[in-house]
Amino acid sequence: MKVIVPIKRVLDYNVKPRVKADGSGIDLANVKMSINPFDEIAVEEAVRLKEKGVAKEVVVVSIGPAKAQETLRSALAMGADRAILVTTEDAVEPLAVAKILKAVALEEVPDLLILGKQAIDDDCNQVGQMLAALLDRPQGTFASKVEVADGAVTVTREVDGGLETVKLSLPAIITTDLRLNEPRYASLPNIMKAKSKPLVTKTPADYQVDTSPRLTVVKVAEPAVRSAGVKVADVDALIVKLKELGVA
Amino acid sequence: MRVLVWAEHDNVALKDTTLSAVTAAAKLGEVHLLVAGAGINEVASQAAQITGVARVLTADDAAYAHGLAENVAPLIVGLMGRYEAFVAPATTTGKNITPRVAATLDVAQISEILSVEGPKTFTRPIYAGNAIATVKSRDDRLVITVRGTGFAKALASGGTAVIEAVTSTGDAGQSSFVRAEIARNERPELTSAKVIVSGGRALKDAETFAATILPLADKLGAGVGASRAAVDAGYVPNDYQVGQTGKIVAPEVYIAVGISGAIQHLAGMKDSKIIIAINKDADAPIFQVADIGLVADLFTAVPELIAKL
Repeated sequence: MKVIVPIKRVLDYNVKPRVKADGSGIDLANVKMSINPFDEIAVEEAVRLKEKGVAKEVVVVSIGPAKAQETLRSALAMGADRAILVTTEDAVEPLAVAKILKAVALEEVPDLLILGKQAIDDDCNQVGQMLAALLDRPQGTFASKVEVADGAVTVTREVDGGLETVKLSLPAIITTDLRLNEPRYASLPNIMKAKSKPLVTKTPADYQVDTSPRLTVVKVAEPAVRSAGVKVADVDALIVKLKELGVA
Repeated sequence: MRVLVWAEHDNVALKDTTLSAVTAAAKLGEVHLLVAGAGINEVASQAAQITGVARVLTADDAAYAHGLAENVAPLIVGLMGRYEAFVAPATTTGKNITPRVAATLDVAQISEILSVEGPKTFTRPIYAGNAIATVKSRDDRLVITVRGTGFAKALASGGTAVIEAVTSTGDAGQSSFVRAEIARNERPELTSAKVIVSGGRALKDAETFAATILPLADKLGAGVGASRAAVDAGYVPNDYQVGQTGKIVAPEVYIAVGISGAIQHLAGMKDSKIIIAINKDADAPIFQVADIGLVADLFTAVPELIAKL
């Protein structure tokens, strides 16, 4: 079984985003960039499938600037076998990402595509579902458990009321939620080994995908800030406040 | 403009998140609600009573009972010949289905809008709510999910919409529902609760969480939430999680107990009308957003509060 894991290079989750003064976006100059955390979970899940003997090959794909090569190398160090980098310096919207991934999937013919449920920069939560639609294949989104058996994959999903389990025929698309697994740290020998794993570079034009944006970003602004209120001295004072609010 | 809105329901009752989506959709044009499910007559009649809904489309088929995206998306796409926009609440169901519709229609989806700024212009949070982007669509049609906390709820009564049955597109044969483990409790649902009591990692373990937070919630008739740390530590199930990666809530009163106030948690509750924090660390970030703060050990303060309420 072949597994494809698309990954995105994003602002590291520990870095507080700063809105640019001209309101054109988030300042990404000289800040730490990392693999999107949900994508890291996707890589981990694919590598575990390989370690269990379910998957034979794990291919990671990234669409982004040349520096996304570092992100792909980190996934190779976790245990992925080879990488495809689709280079573009432009911001690519989820729909165009899904179209590129569809073209990759048609070439690679994977049995499973595992994606992060959303990127922590644009928070769109779209690519996995869009890819499933374009390939006309089933989707198991927000997965907290994945089991492959007998030509099907059973996915437990984190939904609003609790958990839901669905069974999908293969090939299928899965998007990961937080509790699917805890990604490993790559060991130093594996980081060294990753440097010699195959990585091919492509462009969106190689896949005949038009990446021009459909959405215009009018502006990006700081959210309204809440200001700190009052501190009360004790529980009695808190109860007075609760009564004023009509809660107690 | 005519707008098709996804009605969120459990085949028995309409969910409140639908009402916020109706409010958002009404800013764009005439609102038609799609009720897709199995045995949905009661849901359809509830939908028809919502103020501002002109028409209710029903698709009653076992294939739609669990909202499987593979089955539901073709239904919506088939109906979109009559509409200029599709709007769904940003629930896990809405988030699952909507991009599938958008991609099939070759439209860029606009996720989790907070406001409607113009016929094709919307605001939406990015970077976990650390920034708000204003975006304008260049597509002919709109496909949108709505963050419920951004819009007032439409009135659930007063409307007299026409109910129209539409043809089912059937089962796509790609996926099947196996089971659901949906927590059943008597407490209000987080996304519609007026008061929420949330606990954090300071609650130590599942037993202590239950013994401390639940009696307070019961006393106040409140919904119960938790920080990601508390969920990851196994104190409560994942559907209790309030935050960027959990539920986004905006109750009248949010009481954070033993929650430090990580950015990821604040992203899920900072739109609450009043935030109350109980934490023994006076420097905890939660106090920077709290309207009312009590610096105290929760293990003495909460029982005292319950006793005196």
